[in-house]
Amino acid sequence: MALTLDDVKRVAHLARVAVDEAEAQAVLSQLNGVFLLIAEIQAVDTRGVEPMSHALDVTQRLRADAVTESDQRDRFQSIAPHVEGGLYLVPKVIE
Amino acid sequence: MHNVTISSLAAELAGRRLSSVELTRHFLQRIKVLNERYNCFITLDETRSLEQAQAADGLRAAGRAGPLTGIPIAQKDIYCARGWRTTCASRMLSNFVSPYDAHVVEQFNAAGAVILGKTNMDEFAMGSSNENSHFGPVRNPWSEDAVPGGSSGGSAAAVAARLAPGATATDTGGSIRQPAALTGICGLKPTYGMVSRYGMIAFASSLDQGGPMARTAGDLALMLNVMAGFDARDSTSLDRDREDYARGLGQSIRGMKIGLPREFFAEGASAAVTKAVDTAIAEFRKLGCETVEVSLPNTKLSVPVYYVLAPAEASSNLARYDGVRYGYRAPDYADLADMYKKTRAQGFGAEVKRRILIGTYVLSHGYYDAYYIQAQKVRRLIARDFAEAFKACDVIMGPTSPTTAFRIGEKAGDPVQMYLSDIYTIAVNLAGLPGMSIPCGFGGGGLPVGLQIIGNHFAEARMLNVAHQYQMETDWHERVPPGVE
Repeated sequence: MALTLDDVKRVAHLARVAVDEAEAQAVLSQLNGVFLLIAEIQAVDTRGVEPMSHALDVTQRLRADAVTESDQRDRFQSIAPHVEGGLYLVPKVIE
Repeated sequence: MHNVTISSLAAELAGRRLSSVELTRHFLQRIKVLNERYNCFITLDETRSLEQAQAADGLRAAGRAGPLTGIPIAQKDIYCARGWRTTCASRMLSNFVSPYDAHVVEQFNAAGAVILGKTNMDEFAMGSSNENSHFGPVRNPWSEDAVPGGSSGGSAAAVAARLAPGATATDTGGSIRQPAALTGICGLKPTYGMVSRYGMIAFASSLDQGGPMARTAGDLALMLNVMAGFDARDSTSLDRDREDYARGLGQSIRGMKIGLPREFFAEGASAAVTKAVDTAIAEFRKLGCETVEVSLPNTKLSVPVYYVLAPAEASSNLARYDGVRYGYRAPDYADLADMYKKTRAQGFGAEVKRRILIGTYVLSHGYYDAYYIQAQKVRRLIARDFAEAFKACDVIMGPTSPTTAFRIGEKAGDPVQMYLSDIYTIAVNLAGLPGMSIPCGFGGGGLPVGLQIIGNHFAEARMLNVAHQYQMETDWHERVPPGVE
């Protein structure tokens, strides 16, 4: 099944990546090449096979509900693109 | 000084015949002269490196030195190091000075090792040629027209060109083993969960694993002793007793059973690669090993499975780069959504964007079961193949890469051809197994060939000894690229 130009634009929007018309065209043919490769797995009979999400079947560890991090706001904000008064600044969202 | 192993350098340091400052200065001087040729390093910080070297000499004078104290190690630029620019070879992080250390960096610092610099790589570790770097391609020391492999191409080339005695690397689908093979050095990807991923910038979290690169199996063992270990900050870190990975070096491998997967020898590998690998296996027979044919029937499905799972995980991991808290932000934008979109369009390179789009698609409504869940099921079939094969053998051997290093630009325009160059390494990540590559000969044009050794979970010490026994009998690992003195 081949992707369409609309698929590429929809996925790019979902991924929040700007693509212009020419880029979308170029990406479309490359993605179709990749999906042709990926299509090989669809013919495989996997009835009764449990999906494997992790290399080793281990369970997540639990820890005590205690504070482990110290306040490092100033250090972390010193590398932010735009901060003011301890806040990260972004374009206005609500009118 | 730069042509000897880490263990020899450690002995020189321990015998006070050499100081860490002298050693570090020597490598920094070499880098100054040769980095322009190979482009191995993205960031150097002579002052910081020499401060660490001085501190290491102080530790030694105080009688508190360990095996790696004072040894300069190059860090792949995927590992966060406090106060060091950490870019992951991306424009997105080109201005990111890390406020913290990765677990691996912490471990090397605690061992008294010196950070020699941050090495070049494919952007966000996505690539097999090191051509996808915002900071330009790395050149293979064996032939400057050839790629060094990827994604850990800078680390591999730095070790091969004797610009570092050892380097850290990471492997999601072959990114330690394939560049090690293509540059004629040794690299080990440990069992998933052995090396903490904390502070190792995430690509595909269920597959990413850090590991060492060096020129001998013995040196890999010394580095792994520092890198491996439990870390509560990585939820997939394994809580196991510490082991000495060098403990088995020197044991006889007589009677060991080597599995040769039919699928690794049937087709796909070039004649030169097959010949070098066959010769290496004959050497192991001389050492008293038995060989047995095994089958990994789902090998060819590993590439398509990987190109569903890894992009899916990447699309999620890379969602954090939004231009708000750190990293690049586009200069002009209309509103918040536009800021995100332009920041990500400008901050990421073409291959990274391609994988984000693939991943977003396979996770999107209506395609999740057909692609993502199906890929996870086939992943289990691939893991079962290995479990079955290890009933009949102790280690598996075959080629690391189907060809020797290809030319820069040769596969850059065709993602699928590039992806297929990882056919022998990807399945190992999917199964979470340890895998390594050691040099075993040369193909056309004098380019190195790598032998891949795959072990069962937690078999690192055994694999390192297998490689060590081979290196006692052969000298492929001692060959120096032409033009590298």
